[in-house]
Amino acid sequence: MAKHHITATVNGDPVEFLCEPQETLLDALRDQLNLTGTKEGCSTGDCGACSVTVNDRLVCSCLMLAVEADGKSINTIEGMAQGDELHPLQQKFLEHAALQCGICTPGFLVAAKALLDRKPDPSEIEVRYWLAGNLCRCTGYDKIVRAVLDAAQQMRGA
Amino acid sequence: MQEKVKDGQSSPFQVVGTRPVRPDGADKVTGRAKFGADLALPGQLVGKVLRSPHPHARIRSIDASAALALPGVKAVVTRDDFLEQSSEFIPAGEMMINYRDVVRNVMAREKVLYEGHAVAAVAATSAVIAKEALRLIKVDYEVLPHVIDVVEAMRPDAPVLHEDMRTAGLEPAPTTASNVAKQLEIGHGDIAAGFKEADVVIERAFTTKPVHQGYIEPHACVASVSEDGQADVWVSTQGHWVVRAHCARLLGWDIGKVRVTAAEIGGGFGGKTVVYLEPIALALSKKARRPVKMVMTREEVFKASGPTSGAHVRVKIGAKQDGRIVAAEAELKYQAGAFAGSPVQPGAMCAYAPYDIANVKVVGYDVVTNRPKVAAYRAPGGPISEFAVESVIDEIAGKIGIDPIELRLKNAAKQGTKAAYGPKFGPIGMVETLEAAKSHAHWRSPLGKHQGRGVASGFWFNIGGETSVSLGLNEDGTLSLTAGTPDIGGLRASLCMMAAEELGVPLDKIRVQIGDTGQLGYNFLTGGSRSTFSSGMATVEAARDVMKEACRRAAKLWELPDDAVEYSNGGVRPAGPNAGKHAPMSLKEIAGIAGKTGGPIVGYARINAAGAAPSLATHIADVEVDPETGKVSVIRYTAIQDAGRAIHPSYVEGQYQGGVAQGIGWALNEEYIYGDDGKLQNPGFLDYRVPVASDLPMIDTVIVEVPNPRHPYGVRGVGETPIVPPMAAIANAVANATGVRFTDLPMSPPRVLKALDEARAKGTAKV
Repeated sequence: MAKHHITATVNGDPVEFLCEPQETLLDALRDQLNLTGTKEGCSTGDCGACSVTVNDRLVCSCLMLAVEADGKSINTIEGMAQGDELHPLQQKFLEHAALQCGICTPGFLVAAKALLDRKPDPSEIEVRYWLAGNLCRCTGYDKIVRAVLDAAQQMRGA
Repeated sequence: MQEKVKDGQSSPFQVVGTRPVRPDGADKVTGRAKFGADLALPGQLVGKVLRSPHPHARIRSIDASAALALPGVKAVVTRDDFLEQSSEFIPAGEMMINYRDVVRNVMAREKVLYEGHAVAAVAATSAVIAKEALRLIKVDYEVLPHVIDVVEAMRPDAPVLHEDMRTAGLEPAPTTASNVAKQLEIGHGDIAAGFKEADVVIERAFTTKPVHQGYIEPHACVASVSEDGQADVWVSTQGHWVVRAHCARLLGWDIGKVRVTAAEIGGGFGGKTVVYLEPIALALSKKARRPVKMVMTREEVFKASGPTSGAHVRVKIGAKQDGRIVAAEAELKYQAGAFAGSPVQPGAMCAYAPYDIANVKVVGYDVVTNRPKVAAYRAPGGPISEFAVESVIDEIAGKIGIDPIELRLKNAAKQGTKAAYGPKFGPIGMVETLEAAKSHAHWRSPLGKHQGRGVASGFWFNIGGETSVSLGLNEDGTLSLTAGTPDIGGLRASLCMMAAEELGVPLDKIRVQIGDTGQLGYNFLTGGSRSTFSSGMATVEAARDVMKEACRRAAKLWELPDDAVEYSNGGVRPAGPNAGKHAPMSLKEIAGIAGKTGGPIVGYARINAAGAAPSLATHIADVEVDPETGKVSVIRYTAIQDAGRAIHPSYVEGQYQGGVAQGIGWALNEEYIYGDDGKLQNPGFLDYRVPVASDLPMIDTVIVEVPNPRHPYGVRGVGETPIVPPMAAIANAVANATGVRFTDLPMSPPRVLKALDEARAKGTAKV
């Protein structure tokens, strides 16, 4: 089976990699590009731990083939902080203790950023429904929702 | 160990009780933290497991020759690669394990006992080749009749899983095989006399379904065995010393040859206290002479790991007209899955533990069925029995016409109460959580149409156990803290805080890590809500060791007796009548002279932490029931629990909130669904539906603090109790809203709608 040569942009950097035709974007990110911040919880698109954006669209990277990433711009959790400066969502997740084990956290942050990019002033209900595709088994979502609302408020003020 | 404070009113602390950012936080919000599946070693192979398609079958033969011949396949292991083990039950935290069964659960021997049971495993150069190799392994099965339901499994004519299983706990010992592994009884008083005294007696039968821990991170490990037999395992686990012991035992290797490193763990809830992949990965690596990485799929997680028991429970409670409970009885039938060892014992012990009742009798049955072997799940056994008890207590209150909190207050266990399972309680917070519930605004707030409110309490024991910690004073006065209980939900933050409090140094001068099995003495696993309690106790002891040594070094320098130096405010100073005139020295200055005064300063603690104390909770739940669809929505929730002392309140609240969310899932949605073919029909998150953000309200918390006198900071374990009350609190709320009492979990929409329709036909429904 010949491998495919893929050229894409990941977190602003040009990348090239070879992948099998059946390989998911998630596997390519983790295994080819060593970007293991994106997690695999189910491989069926139910848990959201593998959330990334592709051309600014929020996707489960386990449901997308790596070959489909050719020519696309992908953003992962590794691209969220700017230098030493955490993104306000990252900072608020820490301040609100919005993570316990932390396995779902990258997916939540990527998904929450995609929400705030579209809607800087979401209601609690909107946050809960937007994040309904991301499973967290530790927190009961309370502190996650509060962190997202607080980050949104701070970002609007900034 | 000396207690720091005795009253829970004013905080004398600088650090304990504050809410700093956790030390592992930055790594976890940036994707840097390395979990089980995030390690890649040079030359590593992919390991995959062949699993049984049958719920019950005898293995006639396994032929792996074609798989081994496939290019890229480097090793195959089967039952022959693991040592036979004698039958011997040993304590494993809150559960018991038997190595004869552990080896059979890791890799089937004579029979497969559930769909998904491991039969063989391969290591290959790619996942594609490994999967192809599994297809080439020929297993000749003699398919046997299976049994899934616990009551059916107890029938004399049921298919027998283990021909040599005789029910333990019966006199005389039975001579025929049974699926009932054990019968047990706990209690005190005279149950018959108690019921005679009662004015009101209510008896109900309940069922609960097996539910999975549902950690988002599947089981994952990387094993590497070198040519000289030295082995390394990187694994997502709640206890790496326990993994080491199990692996060495199953493979017949020296414990000292195996080093296990705990990865960041993506949730466990009890489910990562046992081994599945680790011994297999080691066996494959030894054969292949290359590192082997193994990661379960979500389907494998559902079919072959966890869950907790499903159960049939009968509860009978008798009370006087004044609300005093005079007799309480329960019968618990818990599924253990394929091997003996359900949590029926702890379930029996905590069924009536929140209450002071003179006459109690609880009988339990541990029953094997053709399902995955249950693993611990947050307060294992407790949520099931206490759901039933708290539901009947609610009914008793209704029948007598007394407020359900008042009824509980009237019967609440207190300091000095003798529990039905044996011990006399020290200070416990049952009354305090009930009083807090009574005075909470939630309890008196108005309810709307189709809404109801329920309250329930819950109990969990908590444990201590073997624990080692080291605390090194670095040359510049900073400190390196190494603990050995994996950090699942903020442990490192709490340990740093206790060390900083004790030493009087800024929090950011201490860096904390979870050490591997080569770096510390034995550590029992993170479970039983023990890690903040036990590793916290050890951390305080290690800090005191450093403080004592710092005093000794200053005494040496100042040429004073040791007792003429005291530790105070992050440094040492002369003290007492024999002290000379010396300027106090900071810990940093002591660190600077360590080399000249005797060498490195390291504090150690090697303890078997005793004095773990129960944590009690009272929860209030409001629900709204949709009369047309049967959907139950939790619209308000308040969790009140005794933490002893909250070291980092945010992570204590987080434990409460997370336990409630899991309890809500257990109450309303989650269940293992089997077909007649004995196969699991919902092995994925789409059909096994855990609560998502849009299902839940904010979950309010109240931290009650009744300090545990046996911990230097008053800590009780807090992680498990929060999952105990939700099922009953919600069932009681649904009964309040609809007039219908639900005794079968989950209260999913089809079930609720059916019950509502039946009640409407009889005219007993309120909606």
